Amino acid sequence: MSILLNPREAYGKTLVELAAADKRIVALDADLAKSTRGILVEERFPERHFEMSIAEQNMVSVAVGLALGGKIPFVHSFAVFLTGRAYDQIRVGVALARSNVKLIGSSAGLSDYGDGATHQSVEDVALMRALPNMTVIVPSDATETAKATRAIAKYEGPVYLRLNRNDLPAVFPVEEEFCIGKVYPLRQGKHVTVFASGIMVSRSLEAAEILAEEGIETSVINVSTIKPLDREAITALARETGAVVVAEEHSVIGGLGSAIAEALRGEKNIAMEFVGIEDVFGQSACNYHDLLTAYNLTSEAVLSACRRVVAL
Amino acid sequence: MITGEQKEFLQKKAARIRRDIVDMVAPPKIGHLGGSASCAEIIAVLYFYKLRHDPQNPNWPERDRFIMSKGHSGLAQYAALAECGYFPREELRYNKELGCHLQGHPDMRKTPGIEANTGSLGQGLSIGLGLALAAKLDNASYKVYVLLGDGELAEGQVWEAAMAAAAYRADNLVAIVDKNNVQATGPIKERMDMGVLKEKWEAFGWYVLEVDGHDVGALASALDEADTVCGRPVVIITHTVKGKGIPFAEHKAAYHNAGMTEEEYQIACAATEAALAGGDNK
Repeated sequence: MSILLNPREAYGKTLVELAAADKRIVALDADLAKSTRGILVEERFPERHFEMSIAEQNMVSVAVGLALGGKIPFVHSFAVFLTGRAYDQIRVGVALARSNVKLIGSSAGLSDYGDGATHQSVEDVALMRALPNMTVIVPSDATETAKATRAIAKYEGPVYLRLNRNDLPAVFPVEEEFCIGKVYPLRQGKHVTVFASGIMVSRSLEAAEILAEEGIETSVINVSTIKPLDREAITALARETGAVVVAEEHSVIGGLGSAIAEALRGEKNIAMEFVGIEDVFGQSACNYHDLLTAYNLTSEAVLSACRRVVAL
Repeated sequence: MITGEQKEFLQKKAARIRRDIVDMVAPPKIGHLGGSASCAEIIAVLYFYKLRHDPQNPNWPERDRFIMSKGHSGLAQYAALAECGYFPREELRYNKELGCHLQGHPDMRKTPGIEANTGSLGQGLSIGLGLALAAKLDNASYKVYVLLGDGELAEGQVWEAAMAAAAYRADNLVAIVDKNNVQATGPIKERMDMGVLKEKWEAFGWYVLEVDGHDVGALASALDEADTVCGRPVVIITHTVKGKGIPFAEHKAAYHNAGMTEEEYQIACAATEAALAGGDNK
């Protein structure tokens, strides 16, 4: 897991590839194109890149109109501005109308570590997941981001793709196909099942290795599609161990943990633990790693959560 | 200039729309009488004079697009769509009922002829701009018309869209402001004065026209003039009366979204019936 790649960069390059192959693809940015990598489309296909300036609400509704006109708009901004600032525009124009709009929330979670709480999104998955018709995808690394980008371009309907700003350890098998709605088991074990998304996938794999030395065999499942959730597979994987940990870089309220708990409703004898942000906003830090540690988003946190559920 | 015959035809269509609006809100129902009645002529001139559309083929790619950004005036649009034959007239009376195609606010997935979901105010002009940009990318000749309420102009997103439309030189986009001067809770001047609209739109880079919104001839001429403008989006500010043609409801915020007593309903029926029969429509 020493290979670090940047999901934003993988996303931008893939989008340019897709735009080269399909004229219907257009991109929209709100003065953050350098950061979202929408700028790669602007450089290559300026007529199909719309700089909408610092006006996210208009940007989302313009994308709705472009989709009505037969285009496939990829709308970019920081996750917090896209999902929060333009929530109602997404709700009415994208989700309710089932528009073919792809919302790309970049610098999500705590990944914009320096800019503080205003720029960090701890609740975007909850907001997007609550919307009927919305598909929500949180890739675990750059490879999966590229594959997910191709998949959502083909998929007809509203999608929220949540991207991390920083380099991430490679965990997604390069030969694996990405399918919306599928879970990806990365490690098999009989004592505890960890469901994870985003950066917490690699941290969960680290935890699993240490646990193995203690004799605790851990399944690690990459749940990149948070909605629609593969309830059947998740239930089966949870039953195999009877002990579940969910790890995500998001508030424990309304994110993957909540989604898994909803999926497991009615299941008996399954112990559950959450590793996530405990109902607080983020803050600034000088590096991403320090910030993740401050919010307990570490392999150690996954490890102790696993120990706790196994003991239950 | 439209002919006297065309004018009479359009007045009749507006009267038909107004008559249907009243029936759609027959007691015990509640509905958006005021803003629907104020735009009856605008809707009539759009659907029966200006828009290139084919009710038998609602998804005809070349059709002009109309977006009812002030979604609460959907009743006026429903009446026009039924009159055009997008769906049977009988459906009008079931508006807002459980399972009906005609929602309280326009829903493109439920009603043929509705182009976009609106109802949360301020979004229609942006959506219209997106469609206009798509048309430009495709070199398509269709135009996009968006009807806004003057109260709706308080939504900041409208001005975001105005800025962007001018920046992208969207001359295939026409906004129409139904300036009836009254919002849900009172006269706009008393709630939050909008000031002079013409200069506002001009400052944002738009070509501005101003007409009497109940004069079908003036509306038709303005829409024709909009076709001649190059390099700029066009806005037509139409001066209207909220609740127009329903005597007790004119200029009244109370009938923004309201029910009628049985007596009021009879008065509204008589007034709109008389207009339809060719009586005074002023």
